[in-house]
Amino acid sequence: MRRVAGIDVGGTFTDLLLTEAGPDGLAVRLAKVPTTARNQAEGVIAAIAAAERRPADLDLVIHGTTATTNAVLERKTAKVGLVTTAGFRDVLELGRRTRPKPYGLFGTFAPLIPRELRREVPERVMADGTVRTPLDEDAVREAVRALVAEGCEALVIHFLHAYANPAHELRAGAIARESWPNAYVTLGHALLSEFREYERGTTASVNAAVQPILDRYVARLQRELREGGFSRDLLVMNGNGGTVPASHVVHEAAKTVMSGPASGVMAAAATLAQTGLANAITYDMGGTSTDVALIAGGVPEVSAELTIDYGLPIHLPMVDVHTVGAGGGSIASVNRAGMLQVGPESAGSEPGPIGYGRGGTRPTITDANLVLGRLDPARLTAVRAGVSLDAIRDAFARDLAGPLGMSVEEAAAAVIRLGNVHMTGAIRMVSLSRGYDPRDFVLFAFGGAGPLHAVALARELGIPEVLVPARPGLTNALGCLVADLRQDRVNTLNRPLDGLDMADLRATLEAQAADALAVVAEEADEIDETTVRYGADMQFRGQTHLIRVALPGPDITREAMQALFEDAYHKRFQVRLPEIRAVVVNLVTSVIGRRRAFPLSSLLDPAARAGTVEDSRLGARPLYADGRWQEAAVYAREALPFGARIEGPAVVQQVDATTVIEPGAVATVDDIGNLRIRA
Amino acid sequence: MSAIDALTLAVVQAGLQQVCNEMDIAFSRSAFSPVIAEADDRSDGIYDRDTGALVAQGEYGLPVFVGTMQYSTGELIRLIREGRVGAPEPGDIYIVNDPYLGGTHLMDVRFVKPVFVDGSLFCWLQNTGHWPDIGGMVPGGFSAHATEVEQEGLRLPPVKLFKRGAMDPEIFSIISSNIRVADQRIGDIKAQGAALAVGETRLLDLIAKYGRDNLDQAIREIRARSAERMRAEIRGIPDGVYRSEAFVDSDGVVNEPLRIALTMTKAGDGLTFDFAGSSPPCRGPMNSVIATTLSSVYLAVKHVFPDVPINAGTFEPLTVLRPEGTFLDARYPRPVSGCAAEVSQRIAEAVFLALVQAIPDRVTAAPAGTSGNFALGGFDPAKDAPYVMYQITGGGYGGNADHDGLTNGCSTIGISKTAPVEVMEQYYPVLFRRFALHEGSGGAGAHRGGFGVHYEVELLRGEARASFVMDHGRFGPPGVQGGRDGAPNVVRIHRDGGVFTPPHLSKDQNIAIRAGDRVEVMTPGGGGYGDPRERDPALIARDVARGYYTPEQAVALWGRR
Repeated sequence: MRRVAGIDVGGTFTDLLLTEAGPDGLAVRLAKVPTTARNQAEGVIAAIAAAERRPADLDLVIHGTTATTNAVLERKTAKVGLVTTAGFRDVLELGRRTRPKPYGLFGTFAPLIPRELRREVPERVMADGTVRTPLDEDAVREAVRALVAEGCEALVIHFLHAYANPAHELRAGAIARESWPNAYVTLGHALLSEFREYERGTTASVNAAVQPILDRYVARLQRELREGGFSRDLLVMNGNGGTVPASHVVHEAAKTVMSGPASGVMAAAATLAQTGLANAITYDMGGTSTDVALIAGGVPEVSAELTIDYGLPIHLPMVDVHTVGAGGGSIASVNRAGMLQVGPESAGSEPGPIGYGRGGTRPTITDANLVLGRLDPARLTAVRAGVSLDAIRDAFARDLAGPLGMSVEEAAAAVIRLGNVHMTGAIRMVSLSRGYDPRDFVLFAFGGAGPLHAVALARELGIPEVLVPARPGLTNALGCLVADLRQDRVNTLNRPLDGLDMADLRATLEAQAADALAVVAEEADEIDETTVRYGADMQFRGQTHLIRVALPGPDITREAMQALFEDAYHKRFQVRLPEIRAVVVNLVTSVIGRRRAFPLSSLLDPAARAGTVEDSRLGARPLYADGRWQEAAVYAREALPFGARIEGPAVVQQVDATTVIEPGAVATVDDIGNLRIRA
Repeated sequence: MSAIDALTLAVVQAGLQQVCNEMDIAFSRSAFSPVIAEADDRSDGIYDRDTGALVAQGEYGLPVFVGTMQYSTGELIRLIREGRVGAPEPGDIYIVNDPYLGGTHLMDVRFVKPVFVDGSLFCWLQNTGHWPDIGGMVPGGFSAHATEVEQEGLRLPPVKLFKRGAMDPEIFSIISSNIRVADQRIGDIKAQGAALAVGETRLLDLIAKYGRDNLDQAIREIRARSAERMRAEIRGIPDGVYRSEAFVDSDGVVNEPLRIALTMTKAGDGLTFDFAGSSPPCRGPMNSVIATTLSSVYLAVKHVFPDVPINAGTFEPLTVLRPEGTFLDARYPRPVSGCAAEVSQRIAEAVFLALVQAIPDRVTAAPAGTSGNFALGGFDPAKDAPYVMYQITGGGYGGNADHDGLTNGCSTIGISKTAPVEVMEQYYPVLFRRFALHEGSGGAGAHRGGFGVHYEVELLRGEARASFVMDHGRFGPPGVQGGRDGAPNVVRIHRDGGVFTPPHLSKDQNIAIRAGDRVEVMTPGGGGYGDPRERDPALIARDVARGYYTPEQAVALWGRR
């Protein structure tokens, strides 16, 4: 019996999916327990217990944590010191002359490393990598000594143009390690070898600021797992959608930031592959925000230009998740001009929507779903300090229906429609504005609230089909289970293609691959197949933005590379520019160790499955849709037989989510348990 | 108003906004000019077919264009009606950069495209992009000494650059023969046109979905609602007459300050701005055209009430009396290259300084308020090619009722980022000796101003000419409510073993420098807010520990260390 647990720590819940492979086939166990914010490891252990297993029973744990993301967002990071090029200690504080919002002059920014902990040393490398001022090694020793004395726990060494010539950073790093009391020394170029000193330095400072926190957390988790008898491997999710052995994860701690949304997208990619689909827009709607991403040709889009928070860009390859601040908790109101508005204010999870009974008094998207029967109002009584539906309707009448001169139902329907419009904006940003037509994609809906809105949203966008996976509320934990091992390497060239030595290009790509393959090989037991993907970030000479071009291999001709770039550019901008030279800015290699797939159909317990659709029917309730109350059949998701066909209006309920099938839509359950809805 | 109307309105409003946002993003991502691609010095919007009034504008566009583009469209419509410009046909794109026809400076080039539905005009799409050069006496276009517009560069009246979808090679040839580093402009022209095409496609989708008449009706209603929204904000301002003034260092030619005098009157739900008493038109390029003056008032008010959506209705409750006879209403051939980047910010400053008297909790002390334009034009012997390097920098924002001012905030009329030092050194033969915080520059106050930037750049090879159009060199950004002024802007040229300071402090052009010479710039700090004696002593000590101020400065500014 081989047991593998995927455990994802989210903002509210810690989710577990456990597979047990034995001679009789595969069984799955699920658990959902509250997240323990102070020490996430407690919740992890509790989740294992809730699945009625002990750590000792497990062969492998794959873990997604929000420890680093939260530390940065709440600015509860380690004390970090900086050693940098003379004249440039303020780069991290000055940024690139921005303000938090396009309009309004209020707002503040504090860098992760305060000025008194930023030390300068004489040294200077030029843009072409030549040395103008040699490294003053005594100054490095003195700066390091001072920062240790200040009580810094982690250190960043960040020199100008180190991406072009890292010798000074490497030497300063060696000097620092002689006296630094721990291993938390981050060299700017080591994590990201690209130009732009603010972005590279900030990425390094994020890494240093979360390194001790992640290290302590992983050590604690490993200790608690060990005390429970677990002695096997622990893998940790990265924001690029891959996993890394726990022994390596701390070294590049910044890569775990934003890993939660990434793992949901990886689960979607795995589900699509087993479904036989290639293109999807993922739509993960939670209580406070909604994450949208694009999967084309089976591969999630990756970006290296994400920003965690105002002034904190993190230029590492991450699954390109677009987040909008609209979720179930988004508050609906009538603004001073008498116009309906949904968000950006949110009730969050505390006090949350009125329906949560935690003291919320203002109407939210979740409350609108309750008013319209899309969520089961009968479940309100199950909430502690329960709230009546009348109380919610009263709030809609007072805040929205009255001022707008509508009925309560019309107001609630308008709230949902407007909330959907904000989501369609996010979806267009990840699809249309990148040259993709959303009509060529399925809408992959998950998260607690995604399946509630997906069909209406798909209609708004002209997307023909919605796919709701078997366990929409446990998708991130599934992402841990299916995520591949992944290592990315980036080097900056910034040279015109027609002046490039193609043998050098080949050597760089091959060296990147060899380096990354060595790390992935450490987990050879877990891997079915290892693939290497090569790419180049390119631009026309004179531009500053980049386009990622996939390369077939390291051995490529100049002409082939030119053609690949021109085609990619035309697809994105509908422009051809034969007049202008192409430039290769970065070379990128990703090594992916494909984990063994497991059959997703096992996520739904066959024992719970009914023989006919009728047997899975729980009853019916009134649902407000298309401007009138209609009778909607209600089904239990776990009981739906494969091949079942349901016509809307209908509601499909399961422990972790509710799916609304709008009037006129038709849903079928496919042969691995996905709900496929013709919008 | 029926139920469906309230919903359709909100949906259409969000939809129009998305059309503009997508144009903004498409333009930036495909542009060549770093001023557009990296600094987002551009804007895209939708304009009324009959009047040119603003229907919607991208949220990521440069604020100074918020009020100018509707005038530009309006002037084009007028010229077409008068038969002086050809009537629009599908696929046409007009190009225009004439400042006196609803513009800013010559570098801001506008493309205007008619959108037709079933053969009749539905609206206009327009975008503005700042080109890195437009000819004229100074590389980059920011002349400090021009005395007539012809010296500032190529001036284009509205002409069809694209006719029925195809670019007119003859007009392109006229343009490319009159600007520097012309070889990349073809890429920018295609990008600027393609962004409008993206907008047209998305807008036609919206029209197909809601119908032409419904969309028209919704647009009218949204405009009325925005006006009402702004009126609601204005009603919160106490009635009264508020006076303020702001000073431009000089016009670049005559070394005397230019005064902006503002009398702002709040009565009921309207605000009136009267600039009577401001300096007369000036000889140098610090004149402002009327469209830029209006836009500067609008963007300042929008900074104070950021949640009000942008369309023509938003500005209906604001009355700006035409400042005839002053340098804020420039006519041909007055030079205007400084209006979009500098004079606009002084006008906005005067608006802030008037409003802060009325609603002190919602307005900051004066921000640095200069774009910090520094252009270096030369020939790189190593690359055997000419170049024009642009450097822009931010400065400190003003302290405010809530907190200290932001450090190195963007110019109030911009959203542009500065280019990284490593990028500048890759592209141009320069080396930065430092790129640092301007210590001591934040104005003292209970909440101090943010800090400016202090940089020093050395020419590595060949010879070059340096030009500056900055401001606040003579006077620092004013503090308010008892706060002190931020530190002024400083420019120094280190050459021939000596230091040269431009006579006009913040403005000069074509200063010859050679390899080894250095240009040093310190940008202004923000004004302080509130009595410095009320500042938390722990914050004073922290600021000294960080080296933001010397212990001596702390004693002088706050009476303690």
